[in-house]
Amino acid sequence: MSDLTRLTLAEARDGLKKKSFSATELTEAHIAAIEAANPAINAYVLTTPEHALAQAKASDARLAKGEARPLEGLPLGNKDLFCTVGIRTTACSKILDDFKPTYESTVGANLWNAGAVMLGKLNNDEFAMGSSNETSAFGPVISPWRRTGKTDKLVPGGSSGGSSAAVAAGICLAATATDTGGSIRQPAALTGTVGIKPTYGRCSRWGIVAFASSLDQAGPIAKTVRDAAIMLGTMAGVDPKDTTSVNAPVPDYEAALAQGIKGLRVGVPKEYRVEGMSKEIDALWTRGIEWLKAAGATIHEISLPHTKYALPAYYIVAPAEASSNLARYDGVRYGLRVPGKDVIDTYENTRAAGFGKEVRRRILIGTYVLSAGYYDAYYLKAQKIRTLIKRDFDDAWSKVDVVLTPTTPSPAFAFGEKSGDPLAMYLEDIFTVTVNMAGLPGISVPAGLSSEGTPLGLQLIGKPFDEATLFRAAQAIEEAAGRFTVPERWWATDAGAPAVAKKKSGGK
Amino acid sequence: MQVDEKTVRRIARLARIKITDEEASSLESELSQILNWVEQLEEVDTANVEPMTRVVAQKLKKREDKVTDGEIADDIVKNAPMVDDHYFVVPKVVE
Repeated sequence: MSDLTRLTLAEARDGLKKKSFSATELTEAHIAAIEAANPAINAYVLTTPEHALAQAKASDARLAKGEARPLEGLPLGNKDLFCTVGIRTTACSKILDDFKPTYESTVGANLWNAGAVMLGKLNNDEFAMGSSNETSAFGPVISPWRRTGKTDKLVPGGSSGGSSAAVAAGICLAATATDTGGSIRQPAALTGTVGIKPTYGRCSRWGIVAFASSLDQAGPIAKTVRDAAIMLGTMAGVDPKDTTSVNAPVPDYEAALAQGIKGLRVGVPKEYRVEGMSKEIDALWTRGIEWLKAAGATIHEISLPHTKYALPAYYIVAPAEASSNLARYDGVRYGLRVPGKDVIDTYENTRAAGFGKEVRRRILIGTYVLSAGYYDAYYLKAQKIRTLIKRDFDDAWSKVDVVLTPTTPSPAFAFGEKSGDPLAMYLEDIFTVTVNMAGLPGISVPAGLSSEGTPLGLQLIGKPFDEATLFRAAQAIEEAAGRFTVPERWWATDAGAPAVAKKKSGGK
Repeated sequence: MQVDEKTVRRIARLARIKITDEEASSLESELSQILNWVEQLEEVDTANVEPMTRVVAQKLKKREDKVTDGEIADDIVKNAPMVDDHYFVVPKVVE
């Protein structure tokens, strides 16, 4: 049997249907791969092999009876921001300690009800605040990618770095993720995977640890555009428990892929050609334009004049909402408690010990901008900027159907290269954050390799609830660019130590 | 906007996060740096702009006013660090 962990989600689904292998075999292959890779990569903060095998066994029974559901028997990873019944959920923060939810996130429940198997909980930046996975209480995730001929540890992006690394390393078929300012698309770009942040309201936020409620959205990270389409089709949908989820039919995204992009109008915003953008990112963008043209699309220069204000406005809105959402961690109802001399002292001790440095920094920024006398100058101003950003896109939609941009300003960086400077780290989100501010869907699709041999992604932005068009356009890029998989599963040969004699892994 | 140490301490108190002297001084410059950077928003004229209050144009949903959940006190206190029966236990608040 070929290596089952190299299959795409769609291939594995089709293989199960043809009975080429069982759900149990597929799950066992992934559990073995996790055992080999996770000590080096740290993508999982909790593995649930028994849970997974029990689900796989039930899936095999259904498959045998011809009662397979859409994701029957397919092993996935679940970001640790998604609450899981009876299974520890921490948002990778010490403050949640050993929290075991008594409920399941709606998105998670949608996946398990469709037959998917959960392999475990995936690492992320603490409370999803970060772009490198360095802020996790469980330590950083190491990217399965390395620079050609080098062994420096690279970041997998963040905050969904466990999700991106696990998919790229072949230790799950696909993963859940969340995106508040770029946390699905940036890690996808840095690891050669596909990540989509759907329209705000497309997926329920219920049961997902909240960061910034007007920006947060769940979405998948997957190996291919088709896989991402399959995943989103199951994750999406209205939920009475989230009043911001939207009651609109979920189209068959996978079926939409067959339509192609003939006549699609693609916008290229001049404001994204930022100062200091690397030449190779610029060249990648140009190639993307050519590929879409060759597939039958027309290209139009557009203007999104308020682009440059999106990031500073985001760093008002997101911390403000976070400071409010994170007020619930008081050491009384759940999670960590560090006793003090009175109740306030207990709160202060608990929150000082439980929150990491970046989370504390953002809570303080948020508290400041919401404090008496400053609300209008900061939060209200930022919300007005959001209106202008959305208006820019509304104007663009009269001329184009999708917008093409790079996903990140640069390829994956090494650990520590940006962690000393919060602003440098915040700039990672410069191309992705506008999409959250306007509530739009955005997808990152791998489009090439940097001169260092590491992945680069292109981003497509769509009209509200037009994810289907994004998948079609992303597939055109994928078809032209090809897939980018980790050239060597180095952890299997050197277990994380610098490679001495590099042995090529066997291939198929 | 320059934030001084007194302000940092006031904000930390409001946020209920204890900070050390060392943290107070490094936060002073970090917060000032971030607030200076967001000040560029002042360039934008927003005098006649409505703030975004919802991302998707949909009417606020209301549901029927009836009990749909409950009788789960065990679940609610299950993860609490200190519990007595179905009560959360906190340090004495009133003498």
